[in-house]
Amino acid sequence: MTTLHRGAAARPAVDRSLATFGWLVFAFLYLPIVLVVAFSFSRSESVGRWGGFSLRWYEQMLGNDQLLNALWNSVVVALISTLVATVLGTAAALSLDRYRRWVGRGAFDGLLYLPIIIPDVTMAVMLLLWFTQTGVVALGRGSITLAHIAFNISFVAIVVRARLAHMDPAMEDAAADLYANRWQRFRRVTLPLIMPGVLGGALLALTLSLDDVVITSFVQGPGSTTLPVYVFGLIRRTVTPVINAVSTVMIVVSMVLVLTSLVFQRRSEKSK
Amino acid sequence: MKRLFVLLAVLALVAAACGSDADDTTTTAAAGGDTTQPTEAPVEGIQAAANACAEGATDGPLNLYNWTDYIPTGALAEDFEVDDLVAKFEEEHGENVTLTFFNSNEDMLAQIDAGASYDVVVPSDYMVVTMIDADLLVELNRDAVPNLDANIAPLFQDPAYDAGNRFSAPYQWGTTGIGYLYGSIDDSEGVSWAVLFDPEMATPNAGYISLLNDTRETLGSALKYLGYSLNTTNPDEVDEAAQLIADAREHIAAFNSSSYWTLLSSGEFNLSQGWNGDFLAEYDRISEYDDDGNLTYDAYEDFGYAIPVEGSAAWVDTMAIPTTAEHPCTAHTFINFMLDAENGGTLTNFNYYASPNEAAEEYIYEEILEWDAIYPPPETMAILEFFEDLGDFNNYYADAFTAAKG
Amino acid sequence: MTLLDEREKAQTEAVNPRLERKARRRESWRGFFHAAPAFVYLTFFFTLPLLVVFVFSFASRSNTGKPQLEGWNLDSWTRIADPLVRTIAVRSLTMAIANTVLCLLIAYPFAYWIATRARQSTRTLLLIAVLVPFWSNFLVRTYAWRMLLDSDGYITQLGELTGLWGRMLFTAPAVFIGLVYGYLPFMVLPLYAALERMDWSLVEAGRDLYASGAKAFQKITLPLSKPGIIAGSILVFIPSLGAYVTPDILGGAKTNLLGNLIVTQFQAARNWPFGSALSGAIMIIMLVATLVYFRTGGRTV
Repeated sequence: MTTLHRGAAARPAVDRSLATFGWLVFAFLYLPIVLVVAFSFSRSESVGRWGGFSLRWYEQMLGNDQLLNALWNSVVVALISTLVATVLGTAAALSLDRYRRWVGRGAFDGLLYLPIIIPDVTMAVMLLLWFTQTGVVALGRGSITLAHIAFNISFVAIVVRARLAHMDPAMEDAAADLYANRWQRFRRVTLPLIMPGVLGGALLALTLSLDDVVITSFVQGPGSTTLPVYVFGLIRRTVTPVINAVSTVMIVVSMVLVLTSLVFQRRSEKSK
Repeated sequence: MKRLFVLLAVLALVAAACGSDADDTTTTAAAGGDTTQPTEAPVEGIQAAANACAEGATDGPLNLYNWTDYIPTGALAEDFEVDDLVAKFEEEHGENVTLTFFNSNEDMLAQIDAGASYDVVVPSDYMVVTMIDADLLVELNRDAVPNLDANIAPLFQDPAYDAGNRFSAPYQWGTTGIGYLYGSIDDSEGVSWAVLFDPEMATPNAGYISLLNDTRETLGSALKYLGYSLNTTNPDEVDEAAQLIADAREHIAAFNSSSYWTLLSSGEFNLSQGWNGDFLAEYDRISEYDDDGNLTYDAYEDFGYAIPVEGSAAWVDTMAIPTTAEHPCTAHTFINFMLDAENGGTLTNFNYYASPNEAAEEYIYEEILEWDAIYPPPETMAILEFFEDLGDFNNYYADAFTAAKG
Repeated sequence: MTLLDEREKAQTEAVNPRLERKARRRESWRGFFHAAPAFVYLTFFFTLPLLVVFVFSFASRSNTGKPQLEGWNLDSWTRIADPLVRTIAVRSLTMAIANTVLCLLIAYPFAYWIATRARQSTRTLLLIAVLVPFWSNFLVRTYAWRMLLDSDGYITQLGELTGLWGRMLFTAPAVFIGLVYGYLPFMVLPLYAALERMDWSLVEAGRDLYASGAKAFQKITLPLSKPGIIAGSILVFIPSLGAYVTPDILGGAKTNLLGNLIVTQFQAARNWPFGSALSGAIMIIMLVATLVYFRTGGRTV
C-alpha cells in the first residue's frame, strides 16, 4: 500500500503536471508569508517599501510591553485551552465511537456540531452576557480560556472520531489479551493508536485559539488583550512592520513546537 | 509523546500559578433600563462612592478602556517624542494603569452594557447621550475634577450631548472632511462633497475614492451635501441621503474607517472621507527627514485635507466613568490628570487632534495651533455641526445605512 | 469497549439473559461517563448561553441595543423575510458555494499529489507545510494580500506585465483569492485523509478493466474519495457562509454579507434581538441540513 505511484503506472506527463501544480499551490500559500517575513527585516516604516536590512522592528517588539503582554496572554490561553479541549474532545469522541447505545447519545452527537456552525459574533455576545451576568468568572484571561475551550472541544472530537472510525479493531483485540486492566489497555494500546488523531485535533485547537479575534475581543477584560485583538487595533492606527516581526516570531515558534512534537512521536514509536 | 503532554501540563500549571490579572470580585450593576436584569450592586452605590472622592485621592489601580493608540505610551510615545502619559500618571499617583483597547463606540457600549468593569472609558459625544439615558455613567464629582471647570474652553463647557459636562469630560475634538491627493480634484474654490457623491464629478477618480464605514458619519456627509442637518429626524431626508450612498457604490473603491489614511498615502485612493487627525498624523509619518532632522520629503506638498463648503461634522471624544467602575476615586483623579494643561498639550502633540482644553494651548506646538486643519478658523467653525443623539430615531439611520450598502 | 469485552459479552449473553441486561447497562453507563465531562462543560458554556440569546430574539429592541425583557414579539423573526435580508442571504450563499467549489478544484489535485506521489516520510512534512502559514496572524495575512493586490502590488505588476489583469483589489476576484487562501487547508486535509486511506488495489484493478487512467479515476477514485469531498466541503462551506472580514478588507466593504449583517446588529445598528434571530435562523438551517444528510445515510468518515 505504500508504493510510490499508487494505483497507477508511472506516467511522467501526469506526474510532472501534478508536481507542477502542487508546487504552484505551495507558492500561492507562501507568497504572503514570504512577504510578511521579508518586510519584518526592512528598515523602512512603510510596509511595502524595502529600506535596507534592519532588526529595528524586533527591537521595538521586545520593548513594547503591551505587545509582549498580549503575546503572553495568547500563548497561555492557547496552551491551556488546547490541553483541556483535547482531553474533553477525545473522551467525547470515544464515547460516540465506542459506545453505541447510551442515554442521550443522539442529542450529544448533535450538540457537538453546534459550536462549529454557530456564527462567531453570536457566540461572542452570548458568552459575554453569560460571564458578566452570572459572574462565574471575571472577564480576563480566564473567561477567554473558557470561551476557547467551548469552541475547541467539537473540533477535536471530529478529528479524533475520524481517526477512530478507521482503526483496525483486530490490533486492539490482540494487544488486549496482554493486559488485564482496562486502563492499561487504554494507555498502552488505544491511546498510541489514536494519537495521530489526538495530535491532529490538538494542533487544530491550538491554531484556532491563537487566531481568534471576534470571540476574544468580546470576552476579554482589563489587561487580558490577546495578540490578534491587539494587532487588529494596531492595524487601525500605525501600520508598521512591527506586526510583521510579531507574525514571523509566531510562525517560527509554532513550527518549532510542531517539529518537536513530531520528533517526540517518532522517537516513542521507535521505542515500541 | 508522554513527555509533550507533561510539558504542556507543567506549562499550564505554571501559567495558572502566575495568577490571572482579573479581579475576583463579581461585576457590578448593568443597564438600569431593564427592570428584570439582576443587579448585584445598585447604581446608587457607585454614585455615593464617587461623591465621596477627594481631589487627588485614589482607591486602587486604574482600568482604562480607550481607543487604540489614543493616549501616548510606550514605544509610540517615544517615536513622537512626547511624554508617556500612562507612566507619568503611575508615577505621580502611585497606582497601576491597565490599558484595554476598543475599536468602536458600539464595541465599548456592548461591553459596559453587559457589565464589564472599567474605571474610565472614552466614548464619543453621541455615545455619551446613549449611555446617560441607559444609566451607564456616573455623575462626576466636581470637587475631584477641578480642572474640568478651570481649563476647558467655553465652547465645550455646556455641550449639547451632556449639559454642563455632568457625566463626561472632553478629551479631544476633531472634524470630518476629505483627505486628498493634490491635483486629483479642483480645490481652487474650496472642496465640495460632490467629488464623492456626484457621479459626474466623481468620475475622474472613480475606483480611487473611499467613504467612511460609519452610519452617522457617512449619512451625515450625504445629508450635508444635500443641504440638510446631519441630526435631522426627517425620514425622507435620511432616505435621500441613503440613496445617494447606494448610488455612490458605483464609483467608490471601498467603505473604510480603519485604514483609509494609509491607502490614501500609498496611492490606492485619491480621495478619502475621514478624520483630520488621522490624515495629518499619516502625512507627518510619511514625510522623510535626513539624519540631521531636516525635511527631505514633505508629504504636505502632495496631500491635503479640506472641510467641504457645504459643511461637515465636528465631534468630541470624552472621558467618562461607567457605573461598572470599581475604583471611582482613581478614575476621577485620572480625568483631572488628563485635563491638566501640560498633559492636555502632550495629548494633542501626540495624536494631532485639537484639544478642548484652553489652558493646554500654552503647551501645544505652534504649528499645530496655527493649523487650519486642526484648529479651524471661525468661518469654518460656523459650518460645522456636532452630532446629537437621536433617541429612537437612531435605529432609522442604522437601518437606512444597512439598506444603502445593500 | 474492546472486542474482547464484546466477545465475552456475546458468549455470556448466549447463556444468561440477566447478564446480558447487566452488560448493556454497563455499556450505557460507560458511554455516558466518557461523554459527561464534555457534556457538562458545553451545557454551562454553550447551551445555556445560547438559550439566553434565543430568548433575546423574542425581546424588544432598546436604545442601547441590549434587549428589554418585556414586550415579547416575533418582530425579529418576521424581519428575516425582508427582501434586504433575502438579498444578503443569497449573496452569502453564492459566495460560500463558489468558494467551496474553487477550494475543491484546487485542493483535490493537490491532495492527490501528496497522497499518491510523495514519499511516505515526506507526506507528513508536506501537510505541516500546508498548515504553517496559518500560524501567523489572520489579519496580517489578509493585509499582506491587500498589499499584493493593490496598485503597486507584485501580483498587479505581474498582471500588467503579461497584460492579463490590472488592480484586483476591491473587486470580487480579490475576495475569492482571499477566501480560497483562508480555507484551502480545511479542504486539503480531509481530502488527503480520504485518499490516503483508500484501497488502491481497487484502482489498479479498475485500470485493468477500463484500460484508461482517466476512466479509472472517474469510476473508482472519485467515488471512493467522496467522504473526503463531503467533509472538506462542509468544513469550508459553513464558515464561508458567515465570513465577512476577508470580503471587507479585500473587497472594500461595499456590500453586506450575513456576517456583516449579524455583527452590525450587535454593534452599530444596536438591534440585538434581530441579531439573535438571524444567528438562530442560520444555526437552525445548518443543523437541519446536517441532520438530514446524516439521516439519509451520508457519512463523512
